[in-house]
Amino acid sequence: MAASAHRIEIIETDILVIGGGTGGPMAAIKAKEADPSLRVMVMEKANVKRSGAISMGMDGLNNAVVPGYATPEQYVKEITVANDGIVNQAAVMAYARGSFPMIQYLDKLGVKFEKDGSGEYNMRKVHHLGTYVLPMPEGHNVKKVLYRQLRRLQVAVTNRYMATRLLKGPDGRIAGAIGVNTRTSEFLVVKAKSVVLACGAAGRLGLPASGYLFGTYENPANCGDGYAMAYHAGAQLANLECYQINPLIKDYNGPSCAYVTGPFGGYTANNRGERFIECDYWSGQMMLEFWRELQSGNGPVFLKMDHLREETIAEIETILHTNERPSRGRFHDRRGTDYRHRPVEMHISEIGFCSGHSASGVWVDEHARTTVPGLYAVGDMAGVPHNYMLGAFVNGGIAGADAAAYCASNPLASYDQGDIDAETARVLAPTLRTDGLTPHEMEFKTRRLVNDYLDPPKVTAKMKLGQRRFAEIREDLDLLVARDPHELHRALEMQSILDCADMAAAASLYRTESRWGFYHLRVDHPETDDVNWNCHTVLFKDDRGRMAHAKREVDPYIVPVAAEDMSAYHQLRIKTPEAAE
Amino acid sequence: MPIITQSSSAAVVIDDAKCIAEKGCRVCVDVCPLDILAIDEVRQKAYMKYDECWYCMPCEVDCPTNAVKVNIPYLLR
Repeated sequence: MAASAHRIEIIETDILVIGGGTGGPMAAIKAKEADPSLRVMVMEKANVKRSGAISMGMDGLNNAVVPGYATPEQYVKEITVANDGIVNQAAVMAYARGSFPMIQYLDKLGVKFEKDGSGEYNMRKVHHLGTYVLPMPEGHNVKKVLYRQLRRLQVAVTNRYMATRLLKGPDGRIAGAIGVNTRTSEFLVVKAKSVVLACGAAGRLGLPASGYLFGTYENPANCGDGYAMAYHAGAQLANLECYQINPLIKDYNGPSCAYVTGPFGGYTANNRGERFIECDYWSGQMMLEFWRELQSGNGPVFLKMDHLREETIAEIETILHTNERPSRGRFHDRRGTDYRHRPVEMHISEIGFCSGHSASGVWVDEHARTTVPGLYAVGDMAGVPHNYMLGAFVNGGIAGADAAAYCASNPLASYDQGDIDAETARVLAPTLRTDGLTPHEMEFKTRRLVNDYLDPPKVTAKMKLGQRRFAEIREDLDLLVARDPHELHRALEMQSILDCADMAAAASLYRTESRWGFYHLRVDHPETDDVNWNCHTVLFKDDRGRMAHAKREVDPYIVPVAAEDMSAYHQLRIKTPEAAE
Repeated sequence: MPIITQSSSAAVVIDDAKCIAEKGCRVCVDVCPLDILAIDEVRQKAYMKYDECWYCMPCEVDCPTNAVKVNIPYLLR
């Protein structure tokens, strides 16, 4: 069918939020609260009731800055150290200051956090230095609470529309986005004064060791659409070489989850039942020690809980098997893994981009603004390091309020009809063929090659070879076939994944040093080079459509960190392992 | 190249006796983040149409008649 034969609906709004998971709904909510007269719309690929990383809720806050336990300044310092100094402290500080007010706001809306007998938040220590973890044993209703608030504030929601490209005006301002329905392949053009990208991580980049395409840590719908759209719109993406790599339950590929079990006395152990890392907080250095332990012959690595008391284990089970990834219990049952008797076998995940856990995201400032006027990014895809769920809420809220103010002084930008024609043609190309390559096999091959060539330890010659293989797959896109709207949606996702694979290779090659422990361990450049690389790297599409790079200075710290404190996360290996009990 | 079809086992299992899709219920289809469930037009029952399950469980938890069971996909079971 020719592109022109497809129906294209055109609508207008003030603020368009792309992604209805975590940060997206909060951006819409805070925009409406800032100015109830604004038209705010959420475009969601799935259904906002159950979409995104927290479709089944969340078992705890990993980065709560609660008075009496930590100050915003302490938190900014912790994250600066955990991320080897490469942070935009202003953005981390904006998060830290908004952290406690957001907890109180969510509490008021009905999200349940653990409290002690006197009604105070029951904070736990997991990080290396400070206390930032707040359990949510009854955190399964977060999405319901968000949905209720979206309805209350009359935010418009379009489910099952996948945004594919952003639209820009002649002056470079954002003008809206184009999306395609995942069930009908009908197009929707949304003209907007401001757009908030909230599309989650690029969690479908590497291939899980199980070989199952959808057996990822992240919700597989979070496949890097946001990263690809930001790139094609000319926005800068920051520090993409600082991959997300997580210590997960082997095969299940979900969190085990040390943040929940750690405060109860569970810990990561080797095959002798011994601790080998001092701190289970996810950092590149922790992952490096985890990888070394596996390489050394002391693996497998386990999450050990069998030394805990029955009441403690029962409490852990209740939290882990009813929240976030409740099918964990089902997985353990089938393998006869009972926390009381048998530790949980863990492994290292495939790679992805995610600033929620590491630092790979679209560049944003402390207002969640990207480098494209009127375009914001929030949540896992926005480059505020180690931001987790609460960061998605806080920065979502910041973006919503700032976008509302932006709308007051910026009229709609006009886009070029030629851009719409080109995009509808690109989207529909796989529907014009009946023979060729399927989205699944092209995705499988791309992701398998990501594992083969881009996994750390990163080797220059391998990554360059990977780039050649990705270029060959790009040529194969002319053979990509989609036989129905569902397959078309996978075909489009596959193209976002390929874009992210190219970005991962290019970003990793650009930074010629090692940093962030395992995340950017380069065999050819094994040392950290603070003289040349104590900076952000940004990746962007240049005026001629090529992938380009630049260094970006780290702004002067607003919270100073002494040189001797900067290496706190570099000494995570336990010097003399404790004897097993 | 012509396209062939391969088969695989369905991780999400629907109990036809309990499923009320014939009454217009679409809850499991609506909440699936990966859009892998559908209604069989002839039988008027929900089923897993695509082997793209994240074993996340909204379909099972939100089903009003407890007709849905999410199993861990065989490759990672």
